[in-house]
This record gives sequence, structure tokens and C-alpha cells, in this order.
Amino acid sequence: MTGEEPPVGRVRSRVGRWRDQAAALGWLVLIWNLLWGDFSWGNLLGGLLAGMAVLVFFPLPPVTFAGRVRPRALLALAGRFVAELVVASVHVAAVAVRPGFVPRSAVIGVPLRVRTDLNLALTAELVSLVPGTLILEVDREAAILYLHVLDVRGPQGLADNRQRVLDIERRIVRAIGSADELRRVHSDPVEKENTS
Amino acid sequence: MVTVVADWLGALFLVAGALLALAAGIGVLRFPDVLDRMHAATKPQSLGVLLVLTGVALRLRSPSDLGMVALVAIFQLATAPVAAQMIGRAAYRSGRVDRDLLVVDELADR
Repeated sequence: MTGEEPPVGRVRSRVGRWRDQAAALGWLVLIWNLLWGDFSWGNLLGGLLAGMAVLVFFPLPPVTFAGRVRPRALLALAGRFVAELVVASVHVAAVAVRPGFVPRSAVIGVPLRVRTDLNLALTAELVSLVPGTLILEVDREAAILYLHVLDVRGPQGLADNRQRVLDIERRIVRAIGSADELRRVHSDPVEKENTS
Repeated sequence: MVTVVADWLGALFLVAGALLALAAGIGVLRFPDVLDRMHAATKPQSLGVLLVLTGVALRLRSPSDLGMVALVAIFQLATAPVAAQMIGRAAYRSGRVDRDLLVVDELADR
């Protein structure tokens, strides 16, 4: 997946790896303390031990994060996500309780423009959380998400759903993507069909 | 005064979340095939659970409870899509899809 990126210096990548591990350990310690319900030195120590054990015994593949976090775009991402969540939840609930209505569905494949694992996972996660769309299959090599969409009406409905997934991707890239990824997301649709 | 408002808001959130859960239950019963049912079974949960948790947080208001509520929300949001995808994929691969209900199936061409 990282083949298209230039090789990073060994020293820098090792530093980056250590930084990632430290961040992961920090989160694990925080979660441990939240689970116990209070922050104390004992919990801090226990969290450190448990966190290190988790990192040593269950190592995860390294996630390449080339971008940077943009707080305002992140806020926009969160805001739009909540709005979509509310609208879509009401929609699915309405479909569920409407008497005598059998919804028509569709399975569509949406090729993403940014092919990193992180982008693929985040987009899949957010798309999946919004009601009405369900991820069926993820083609990691080609970066295509196959999703099942509930209650589609005509070609326009299909196009809308495709665009919705791409919009979510664009908002994610805006929030945490690199400059190069941003360019790819903002390029016009025709060009993106050819390159993918 | 603030506690009264928080209590009422909490109650409101709890009822709204419960209503979404009810709609989800009805959807699971009424939707025609597995994939449609997965929408009802996993998704109103994401907002429904968030609403219920917000309601609970507004009623409890102690820091340690808030931490636990935040953890429940995070784990719920992180794991629900994974479970939904695994079930959806298994259902599709084992052919438990009513193709008459599908407008298009782009996964079939692959």
C-alpha cells in the first residue's frame, strides 16, 4: 500500500514508530484508568504495565500517517457526521415503521481516491456508522468500498449515495490528510475516473 | 435549577434513544432479507445508544461515570461497523441475498 510513497530515512521512521507506540501506550493508560473509574498512581502503574503487555503481545501493523491534523476541518467532519447520523437514523426508522412498504436496495462499489489503509478504514467506519449504508466488502488493493444501500430510488438515488461516500472521504482527508492527498480529493471527477 | 434542566434533558434524550431502539426492533422484524435487517439491527443503535448515553450522563453527572459513559460510546462506535461488515459479508458470500430486491449489484460483476 505504501509503494507509491518515497522511502523515508531509517532513523526518522524509527523515531516515528516510537512516537506511534508512545501515543498508543498513552491511550491504553487512559482507557485503563477510565475503566477503573478513577485516576490513581496504582491505576497509572497498572495501566502502563497492561498497555505495554498489549503492545508487546498484540503488535499492530504500522499505520502510515503522512498528513497533519487540521482542527477546524476535524470539527466540520464531526459536525457533518452528527447531522448525517440524525437524518439517516430518522430515515431508516421511518422506513422501518411505514406500513406495507418494502424498501428497494442496491449494492454499489465506490472507488476511493486516496488509497492509504488509514483513509480506507476511516471512510469505511464512518460510512458504516451512518444508517442506510452497510459495508459488504472492502477491496484493499483497488481501494473500492462495496456497500449495501437501503431504500434507493432510481439512478439519482444511486448517484447521491456514491457522492455521499466520496464527500465523507473528502472531509476525512481535509481533516487529517496530507497536501498531496488533498489535491487528489479535490481533482475533478473525470480525471479521477481515469487515474483510478 | 441547572440540575432540573439537566434531569429533563436527560429524560428527553433517554426517551428519544429508546424510540430509535424501538424503530430498530420493528425494522428487524419487518425488513425482508438479512442485509436490510442489518441496517435496522446495527445502525439506529449508533444514534440511539449515543442518545441514551447522553441521557445517562446528564442524569449521573459524576466524573467517573462520565468516563465510563465515554468509553461505552467509543467502543460502541468503533465495534458496531466491524460486526456489521462481518455479518453483511458472510450473508452476501453465502448467497442469502434476495436479488429481486436489489436495484443493482456491482459486487456480482467482480
